[in-house]
This record gives sequence, C-alpha cells and structure tokens, in this order.
Amino acid sequence: MSLITTLARMEAVREGRAQPLTTVRHRHLSARPLAFVPLTTAGEAGAPLGALVGTDRDAPRLLIVAQPRDRDLRFAFLAELAEEIQPYLDSYADEVELEERKETDPETGKKVPVQVELCQDAPQLLVPSAAGVAFVRLLGRSMRFRRTAEQDPETPFPAPARVPLLGRWLTHYGERARVPGSCLLLSLTELLSRHWATGQSNLEDQHLGSLLAWIDPPEGVPGAEAALRAESERDANGQLRCPPAGPSTDPAFDNKLLAPAMSRYDAARAEASQGVAGGGARLRLAEAELRGLIESQLRPTWDALWRGVDLLRALPEGARVADRWKRDRWSYTGHRDRVRAGEPPQPKLDDAVTAAQKLAARETAQAQLEAHEALDDPLVMAGRRLAGEAFAGEVIDVEMAWSDAKVPRPRPLVTIRTEDRPHLAERVKLHRVTDDGRAQSGEFAGFADMDGADEADGADVAEGPGDAHGQGRALVVRLTGGMGRGKQPEPGTVPEKGDRVCWTLFEHAPRGGPELPDPESTPWTHGGPPDAAAPAQGPQPDPMTEEDYL
Amino acid sequence: MDARALAALAANPGCRRRALLDGAGVDKGALAQALGAPANFGQSQFAHQRGNSFEARVKADGGADLVRLLHERLRDGSEPPGPGAVATPDLTAPGPQGRTARTALALREATAAGRWALLDHPMVSLDVAGSPAFLEPDAVVVHPDGSWTVVEIKSFPMVDGSADPAKVGAAARQSAVYTLALERVASMIGEPEEGHPPGGGGDTAGPPSPVTLADRSPVRARVRPQVLLVCPKDFSNLPTAELVDVRKQRAVTRRQLDRLTRIEEIAATLPEGTTFDLRLTDDGRVPTRPVEELTAAVDAVDAAYAPECLSTCELAAHCRTRSRAAGRVEALGRGVRGELGGLTTVDAVLTAAMAAHADDAPTGDPAVDALRRAAALRAEALASRPEVACR
Repeated sequence: MSLITTLARMEAVREGRAQPLTTVRHRHLSARPLAFVPLTTAGEAGAPLGALVGTDRDAPRLLIVAQPRDRDLRFAFLAELAEEIQPYLDSYADEVELEERKETDPETGKKVPVQVELCQDAPQLLVPSAAGVAFVRLLGRSMRFRRTAEQDPETPFPAPARVPLLGRWLTHYGERARVPGSCLLLSLTELLSRHWATGQSNLEDQHLGSLLAWIDPPEGVPGAEAALRAESERDANGQLRCPPAGPSTDPAFDNKLLAPAMSRYDAARAEASQGVAGGGARLRLAEAELRGLIESQLRPTWDALWRGVDLLRALPEGARVADRWKRDRWSYTGHRDRVRAGEPPQPKLDDAVTAAQKLAARETAQAQLEAHEALDDPLVMAGRRLAGEAFAGEVIDVEMAWSDAKVPRPRPLVTIRTEDRPHLAERVKLHRVTDDGRAQSGEFAGFADMDGADEADGADVAEGPGDAHGQGRALVVRLTGGMGRGKQPEPGTVPEKGDRVCWTLFEHAPRGGPELPDPESTPWTHGGPPDAAAPAQGPQPDPMTEEDYL
Repeated sequence: MDARALAALAANPGCRRRALLDGAGVDKGALAQALGAPANFGQSQFAHQRGNSFEARVKADGGADLVRLLHERLRDGSEPPGPGAVATPDLTAPGPQGRTARTALALREATAAGRWALLDHPMVSLDVAGSPAFLEPDAVVVHPDGSWTVVEIKSFPMVDGSADPAKVGAAARQSAVYTLALERVASMIGEPEEGHPPGGGGDTAGPPSPVTLADRSPVRARVRPQVLLVCPKDFSNLPTAELVDVRKQRAVTRRQLDRLTRIEEIAATLPEGTTFDLRLTDDGRVPTRPVEELTAAVDAVDAAYAPECLSTCELAAHCRTRSRAAGRVEALGRGVRGELGGLTTVDAVLTAAMAAHADDAPTGDPAVDALRRAAALRAEALASRPEVACR
C-alpha cells in the first residue's frame, strides 16, 4: 500500500466513511452485465449448492442443488446454469464491426491487411468477490472436459448438452480475469476497493457487505460501526444478518438450518422413491424449504452487488477505459472464433510457449494499466508523483536548440519548476501527453538555478540544487520527439512559458518483449515440442467413479 | 492447543496476550463470547464429514495405499512396498502423556525394524513457552531406512496437480510444527552421530547406507523435511499426493517458538489476582463475571493485533476493537507501520500530515515530510476533480 493510499485510509477512519482513491472509474461497466452469485458446499470441490444469476436485478433466477452429493442433481443445476448464461454469452456474438489487421500471407510471407470481425460489445460477468472469480474458474475446469451423450455415446455419465461449452466459456472468462485491467469477469470487492479507501485493512475489504458499509453507510452511522454490523450481526436464531458473499456459506447456517433441511429432503426423497403415500408432496415441500433457505443466503449478496454497481456507475469513466475494453472485445471475439472453428477445450496445463505468452501479455497489460490509470486520473498520478515516478509543474523558461546531426532536429530545452522529487538521472527518458492527446518524449537534461540560468552539467544530478522551502526546484527537459518532421517544431508541440506540464518516467504505451518461438520449436529446456501423439480431440475427460462424493 | 493454533501463535510471536492465554489453556472462544466480541469461526458439518470420510478412505487397507503413494512421490528407485509390508502399530494408551510415550516407543521399534510402518494418529509433544502442548498429526510413516515422514491429509482438491496456495501454505505451516515435535522424539531415541546435531540433520537427504544402519545400535532416526500432503484428485474422491518441503516453515516456526516470552515472565508482570475465570453458572453455560472486570483482566496483557489475526485467533475481534479505539495504525494492516516512522496512531499521522499548510519548513523527519507531501498532492488532485462522486 502506498503512502497516499494509507493516508486516504486514515482520512476514512477520521471521517467515518470511505474516501475516494480515484477521480474516475478505471474499469468498464457494461450497460447490461450478467450477475452471478454462486454458493458452494463446504469442503466439497466443484459441488455447487445454489446460485442467483441474471441480467435483471429485480428478477434473478434462483438455481439450487437440493442434495449436492447427487450427481444427477448437480448436472441438472449445471444444465440450468448453461441455459441462463449461454444465451447471454451468445447474444453478443453476431453484432460485429470490421477491423483491419495485418497478417502474414502464408504464400508470399508478406504482411497484408485483412478484414477481420470484431464484436461490437462483449458480455460482462460480475461476481461478488475474488473467491467468486476463483469459483468461476473451478466451475469451468469441472465442466469443460465433460462429454455429452452426443459427443460420446459410450460415456458412462453423460453431461447435459451445453455444459461442456459453458465450461469452456467460464474457463476463458476466468483466464481473462487474470489479465490486469481486463473487464470480462469482475468481482465487486476488487472494483470497489480500487476506487475507494476504507478505514479498515485490505483483508477486511474482502467482505463485500463491510466494504459497502464503509463506502455508503446508513445515515448517521459511522462506517466502522456499519462494517462491524455487516460482518458479525446475528439474528435471534444465530444467523448472520449479512451472509458472506460466498461461494462458501456461514458454518452456522450449514449446521443449524441447511443440514436439517437437507436430511428432511433426503428422507422425503427416499419415501417418494419407495412410493409411500404423500411422499411426493413432502418432497416438493422439502425442496421448497431448501430453495427458501438458499435464497435467504444469496439475496442479500445479490442486492449488495447491484448496489455496488450503482455506486460505480456514478463515477465518470476514465478516458482510456474504452481502449482497454476493446482488448476485451478482441478476447471475446477470439474465443467465439475458436469455439466456432470446433477447436478442443483449453488444455489442463498450458504448454511452455503459451504459458510464456500469457505471462508476457499480463506483464504488458499491467504496465499499460498503471500508465493509463495515472494519465486518466490526477489522483492516481499524484501517487506516482509522490513515488518519484512523475513530476508536474509550471514551465518557466523555453530555449530553442537543435541537434548536431547533419539535418538538425529541434531539441528545445524546457525549464520546469516543480515541488516534486522525481528519481532522475542524467538522460533519463521522459514522457508526457500534449494537450491535444499526442505523445511527446523528452530526456532529463539537468537542474537549473531558480533564476532560470541553465546549469545542465549533471555534476550533482543525484541531489540537485533547489530546496524544499516551498519554491521547489527547476528541472530542464530536452524535448526529443512529438514535434513533427520539420526543422522547426510544429506549432503547439512545444510548451510555452506559464503552461502546466506533467512528465512521467514511465512509458505510456509499453510494449511486450520479443516474440516467442512457435510451439513446434519449443527448446528442449522447456520440455521440447508438444507431443505429436496427443489426442486430436483434446485432453481426456476426468475419470468418473461410481460414487464421486466423499 | 493444536498445531494450527501453534502455527498461528508462531506467526505473531510478539502477542503476549495470545501466548499467555494459550499457555494457560484458556478457552479463547468462550472468553471472546463473554467479552461480547465472538469470533466468526466454526466448521461446517459438511466440511467436517468430508474431511473425516476422506481421511478414512486414504488410510483404508492398513495404510498400504498411503505408503504406496508416498513411495511413488519419493522417486528414489527403491523397491515398492509389497503386500503386507506395512506395519501399523497399535498406539492406544490412556491420556496424552501415555499416548506420547506409546508413540515414542512405537517409533523406536518401527525404526529399528527397518521396514515400512504407518502410525495412525500418533501423539507428540512440544514445549511452548514453557508448557507442553500435545499434537496429533494425521499420520507418520517410518521408512525402511529409519527416516520419518509426516503425512497431512486435507480435503481441499488438487486440481491438475496444483491446489489453493493459501491452503497449501497453511498445511505446510501446520506440518512444520509436527516435524519440529518429531525431531525431539528422534533426538531422544536416536544416538546422535559425531558432529551432527541430534535430529537436526534432516536437511541432509539420502538414506544412510545399510551397513551403518545394521551396525548401529540404537538406531539413528531422522525426520524428513518433506511432508506428504494428501488431497482429493481433481473433482473425484480418489487421493493424490505431493511432497511439500517445509524446511523454511520449520525454521521460521522454530525461531518464533524460541522467541516466545516464557509464560511465567508474562504472568509475573500481571497484577496480583488476575484471572480469566468467566464464573460460569452451575450448568456451565452462562458467564456471570462482569464484562468490565473481564475486559480489565484481558487488557492487563499486551496484544499485538494485526488484521491477519482475524482468521487465526478467536479473540481477534476484541483486540481489533481495542486497537481501533486506541487509534493504532496496525489496525489498517501490518505493512502500514513501515513507512510511518515513529507515528503510531492515526491521529498522530493525520496531525502530522495536516500541519503542512501552516508551516512548510522540513521537519527533518522523513516520514513526516513524506506525509505532508502526500497530503498536499492528494488535496491538489481532489480539488481538481469536477464533483464529489462518493455521494
């Protein structure tokens, strides 16, 4: 946590409510997101207990698994889930625009422009907490290798149609969520804690109810008290008033309410199967009771999720958010194409080249996200300035100069007065965005005396003259680019005396590393080329045992 | 005190309150309840059932499956254990001391026998802040070469060969405590070799040659620094296992346990007559001691609260309330202290940060100067935004 964030948290403690960490919203929020609030059975991997899902906040669909140990009931749940999510995912697939992209022609080896489809918008999944994102991944993993009766008539426990397909989509969304700044799958706790600092620790912020209590406390109640209530207030029955956002349930709920209701359901089911009179009615009754119980745990989280969405929508969107969302649209379109092309499901483990590519892409995305957020938001930039990674100030002098090359290029020297203390060394590369949104590069040329005389000898670059007595220091920056092609800089590209400018030490459009080899030429150090004998239809499904519960 | 609590205690060795209460065997859950700040702990019976049935499944057929899994993971090219090759000594005895003694005896015999043996729920003891704590690992396997492996059986899944890192980390810390306790047993029953610290030689991998084993009497026992973590495979109920190296966790725990202030020393600083007795009613349900009195007793011992405590200590909610009331900066996270120098309360930090507007001269305290700078930058940026969006 940076010092400026720590300070914001302390202000929140003093004020009794959360304080802004940003001035704009740094994530894309879809106009019609799909919210998914899952619950899982304690201690049982990939055994969902229930979920609320839907795009309409007033009419979510409630899905439950009355007995999570029953494979048929679980499959029925997954089928219903697919019925709800898959049409939403597909509804964005057909509205496309055409984009031009350079591709290597396989015959000539030349780069040629081709027209490719890009979906105009992409579906967005919202879950309450980071654990929800992990659960989406887990669900995806548990579903994508299943075989339907259609795919494989021999399979012992065929999965309902659509289930493997949804598994592939959830896997894709879960994987995409690991890319910094991506917005296909978002958790509300991460979204909210990016934009507000509460008066509690990061760990406590993982609780959606308590996080919201700080950001939007009830009238007249301090945030700390509201958060404590959200965390631990229990009713007369010993149940939490604000159940955890899942996917795990509160143990008190499991032991006191859920377990007895489940035993009643099991008993009624046994009776019904034996044909005891009235067994069917009792079974329906027991199932209705379970539905009520599970909904009572889900509904508060569902409402909290949408409340969080309201709070976030009130923030204006950052200028560069749309750029990043376009990458998400590419990601969605790419997966749509892979599914349409009939490619097999994602492998259990990535091969060396794919893994390295993913890692490199995430590193680039991280650097890009950090740069974008700082440029979009003076409050984020303030953090970077405090960290010595940027500085802002007033131009107090501009001196024209040219390079020594055969064709001299403009290299104006701009003196800036700033109170910031950037970590500068001689000829450090600097970047800024001009008023009309173009990128300009420069390099640090040295410190200047406050009366404007250039002292760019770099002798004491580390400390530099100047003082911290309010006036700050004067830095000289040599502009090296963004001034057009001529001998004279284009008008408006060189800052003038009195302008306020902000230079950063970090790049604005960081690029990825060098290209990686094709999978076929993976070096032996990384396991060598992929196994040619691997089955063409993808990895084998998980083995199924007669009983799959413990 | 179980290994999980011990590992948590070792994670926060500066907390005298926890050391004292744990050492004195106080029921912290009941205490927290009586203080009006109950912990949100508890285990779901579903998780409990699943844990038990998985463990039973793993240990079925006399541990042959478990030892086979361990042998597979060792990959040392040795002979796999044949049918009936695994001894399972009986460990029943009255009382924890009795069980500990029985376990030590069984370990000595099994080690001397030079064959595979599985000790199901053995009991070992460890000295914590001057008083013994009895610990019960899921199992300990004795190898034919006389070395021992701690087995930890968990019911979280290992999907495609990897499991939740947080859970694996917790399991490793827990197993490290068992390893430490077993090393004590090993040093007691094994004659230490010249120049080798007793029991501490676990870092030198590789079995001793059979000749020395046969010649030596009594046997040389050692605890392997890798524990076997057994989990359900993917989404099935079949066990799979991985060896987890706990040398680091073991070193950390050993060091932290050594650092624990001895309980007598903490107790000596308490006011005369301090007690944590809840004065339960005759049915043992309702505490009758006034909350103020109890709070005063608890506050007589210093706590070192950090948000991490919330997931490991029953008393954390109470300590958090006190820490927040005192305005301590650690309530916002352990890392916060680092950049604040000598400023330990939220008020002090805010006062230092706000003073900037009146007096801009540097104070010579880098933490204060940085804070002022941060406050000024934050105020500047917030002033530039159009309208407050946080309602």
